[in-house]
Amino acid sequence: MNREALFNTAVLALLVAVPTWALWADEPFTITLATRAVIFALAAVGLNIALGLGGLVSLGHAVYFGIGGYAMGILAHHAQSYTPLMEWPFLFEGTKSMPVIWLAAVLASALAALLIGLLSLRTAGVYFIMITLAFGQMAYFFTISWPAYGGEDGLSIYVRNGFPGLNTLVPIQFYGICLALLCVVLWLNWRLAKSPFGLALGAARQVPQRVETVGLDPMRLKLVALVISGAITGLAGALFADLNRFVSPTMFSWQMSGEIMIFIILGGVGRLFGPVAGAALYVLLEHLLGGINEHWQIFLGAALLFVVLFGRGGLVGLVAGREQAHD
Amino acid sequence: MSALLIAEQVLNGLQFGVMLFLMAAGLTLIFGVMGLINLAHGSLYMIGAFAAAAVAGATGSFLLALLAALVAAALAGALVELAIIRRLYNKDHLDQVLATFALILIFSEGTRWLFGSFPLYLDTPDWLSGPVRLPGGVLYPAYRLALIVFGFAVAAGLWLLITRTRLGIKIRAGENDREMIAALGVDITRLYTLVFALGAGLAGLAGALVGAIQSVQVGMGEPVLILAFVVIVIGGIGSIGGALVAALLVGLTDTLGGIFLPEAFKLFMDPAKATTVGSAFASMAIYILMAAVLVWRPTGLFGARG
Amino acid sequence: MKSKTLLAAAGLAALAASAQAEVKVGMITTLSGGGASLGIDTRDGFMLAIEQAGRDDVEVIIEDDQRKPDVAVQLADKMIQSDKVDLLTGIVWSNLAMAVVPAATAQGLFYLSTNAAPAQLAGKGCNPKYFSVSYQNDNLHEAAGAYTKSTGYAKPFILAPNYPAGHDSLNGFKRFYDGELAGEIYTELGQTDYAAEIAQIRASGADSVFFFLPGGMGISFLKQYAESGVDLPLVGPAFSFDQGILQAVGEAALGVKNTSQWSKDIDNEANAAFVAGFEEKYDRLPSLYAAQGYDTANLLLSALDKADIADADAFRAALAEADFASVRGDFSFAANQHPVQDIYVREVIKEGEIFTNKIVGTALEDRANAYVEDCSM
Repeated sequence: MNREALFNTAVLALLVAVPTWALWADEPFTITLATRAVIFALAAVGLNIALGLGGLVSLGHAVYFGIGGYAMGILAHHAQSYTPLMEWPFLFEGTKSMPVIWLAAVLASALAALLIGLLSLRTAGVYFIMITLAFGQMAYFFTISWPAYGGEDGLSIYVRNGFPGLNTLVPIQFYGICLALLCVVLWLNWRLAKSPFGLALGAARQVPQRVETVGLDPMRLKLVALVISGAITGLAGALFADLNRFVSPTMFSWQMSGEIMIFIILGGVGRLFGPVAGAALYVLLEHLLGGINEHWQIFLGAALLFVVLFGRGGLVGLVAGREQAHD
Repeated sequence: MSALLIAEQVLNGLQFGVMLFLMAAGLTLIFGVMGLINLAHGSLYMIGAFAAAAVAGATGSFLLALLAALVAAALAGALVELAIIRRLYNKDHLDQVLATFALILIFSEGTRWLFGSFPLYLDTPDWLSGPVRLPGGVLYPAYRLALIVFGFAVAAGLWLLITRTRLGIKIRAGENDREMIAALGVDITRLYTLVFALGAGLAGLAGALVGAIQSVQVGMGEPVLILAFVVIVIGGIGSIGGALVAALLVGLTDTLGGIFLPEAFKLFMDPAKATTVGSAFASMAIYILMAAVLVWRPTGLFGARG
Repeated sequence: MKSKTLLAAAGLAALAASAQAEVKVGMITTLSGGGASLGIDTRDGFMLAIEQAGRDDVEVIIEDDQRKPDVAVQLADKMIQSDKVDLLTGIVWSNLAMAVVPAATAQGLFYLSTNAAPAQLAGKGCNPKYFSVSYQNDNLHEAAGAYTKSTGYAKPFILAPNYPAGHDSLNGFKRFYDGELAGEIYTELGQTDYAAEIAQIRASGADSVFFFLPGGMGISFLKQYAESGVDLPLVGPAFSFDQGILQAVGEAALGVKNTSQWSKDIDNEANAAFVAGFEEKYDRLPSLYAAQGYDTANLLLSALDKADIADADAFRAALAEADFASVRGDFSFAANQHPVQDIYVREVIKEGEIFTNKIVGTALEDRANAYVEDCSM
């Protein structure tokens, strides 16, 4: 077992051990914090597929996070207020069932990623960063001023949505759902990276010409990566909305996009468990520093600077060393 | 809608545009020469406004306040460049985004620590207060008119600086080929510090000028920062001329969109709903403009190809 | 999940005059970032009242929501789950209140609002455990409409940001002003330049302007309006005329009329003690938010004297009596547990070097709110 695998196992063990301890010690808020970290991790794993595998620096992933959130908000809002979402071509009254909501969130954000990808993949480098940011801002301003689903006030969902066989209102059970989804997605990510698609994508990031000569379209590879990436971040958005029982336009803000990116950089770009370690560290920092004094953001800023300047390769890089070269 | 109103709105769009240009010029220079994405540019704008408010409060002189804004922001820029930014030139954009995002947190909370949470007072000078009547009968605030003139003057000055001076030659050389100018014996680290301080000073000046008619408070820099990014991306990164054209385009789109879109929607919707929907689209207008420009020309209007 | 904190309070019980359990209050408010001044005033006003009463059986846990709804929700979870507070309070913004209040009351906690009081929580969504001590969000706008009408303005131009509170504002205004409008526009939330809107006002032939632009938006608007040479009278709700904001606006605000349920020159003993105490302790003039925080704390203390917070029905009845000396003078609760109070018209004046407000009239007397009928509890 190499050091990175050891590190990954340790992170996974902590994700199981800490909430178990919290359950035993009757510290439900620790479980809530852990849930927050796991959901952020899921969102960042999504971005990491575009960023780490595909080299696509998207500063607009809050779009998918928000769409996932609103998929939950809109479906549950119609279900709880008994106003049908649509009456044609068939009557649909919304739903309070998590699996259905997840499906809607994944489909809607994948579709959005497809459209945004088709337009923005024409650009590269800084232009790509900025055009994705522009799409994020569009979604943000649109939701703020669109009155149908609460505008800036957002939507409150009074009771957490249900999952067959579980009581999602119990913090540890909801945490279990989120952790299970994270594990599934991590496994998918791992398979994807080793698949012919993943290898071609990696090559398209490093030497696009080489991919083209073997007859693959690098643009199409990147588009598929962006769609998968958006879909996963969208799923995280639906879970985040369920954690808070609330959605609002802040899920679309550019700060949110920035934070998802920070999780990855903190943990290690392109590393399987980078986003997980990064999100956990960020939530921990936020929680600990918040207790020091009201100007805690200075310390957060200083900590982030330190990581960029001295911690090459993020947490994973620090512990497991630089990634083995694969070319 | 009368011609007078449209004329006034066009002036408003121009005024907004030239102020965006002051922000965008520094940003695009810094990116063009050093290849750095500086999210903390908005913080320098804020520092300029706070310095101006503090000096205006102490001395009562608006010109001294402007000078203070310029100096404080340029100084802060130079210090940050020396301490942190220069370590970022060789890193990828991702690290630059994170590091300068961290700088925003530090600058914003630091300013709040120093000045408190309440907005500061900064007003236009007496000799520029009140409206003037322009030929054609438009009544327009003197201060805003001065901003337009001043903004174009700075644009002209920058153009002269870049095309006619030794510093300008170095800057253009730096944009074209970084290794080359180092090989020619130009002290590249000093050039970088200078360019960064220049960009910072322009941002600080914009902060002070705009602060006099807006609210001087922590967090004032971020919305402008995003707009400035939109501007340099539309204009083509590294191009000062592109930044000017794009700034005016964005200024006019934002101002005129806010007025005409709700009116346009009234043509086929009921008025109350048209106001809401129109305003919703107006707030997205510049981002739609940016996406459209990039889809059409992926490196902006005046950007280098490829 | 809620444990009685009797044991923990045992040490302090000797100090308290009556034999009550210690009460834990969770205050979630904005202490960092853009809107921090409002939250800081809320907190300072609240804590001043607790201190003046000399109550050490009330423990207040204060957390910063950064003006982010998701952070507010998580703080509420933390306070309920870990700190096991008995009551929540302090949220400044309506969108944050909508994220926290329904969930908190559903979990059996009382919530006392120090500011935000959106229509949803006053009408169909009212709850026996939710009290607004400030107002109902529409109140100040309604008062501005009533004042505009009574002054004889016949063609006001009205504007507010394009978000739910902005829509409520203009609707509230129109509830009491039923005449002709010169124009009605929604601006972008967080907008800093109002040149385009001011040009529209100039061209509209209006005889007065009503605007609702809280925080930095109001500062920008007032400064730019003064520069523009448009000389129409301005009316607005108190949010843009706070002590902190007025100093940043300066001369440009002089003479502007604004509506408020509180002013520092309301002549009663409680208000005098509040204003003097606040100035002495914090070395600045109190704002509306500080006054609301102060009243909220005093209401809470008055109810604690009458009932045990663990006995929800009795405690609710004690709160509903509103048996405390409000800095606003007469104060009672309507059936939906929102205030019934006078709403004044104030004018911005200069006192020495300080810009402040002076009451010049009463816009609405004993105003409750428009949603009492919709609330069934």
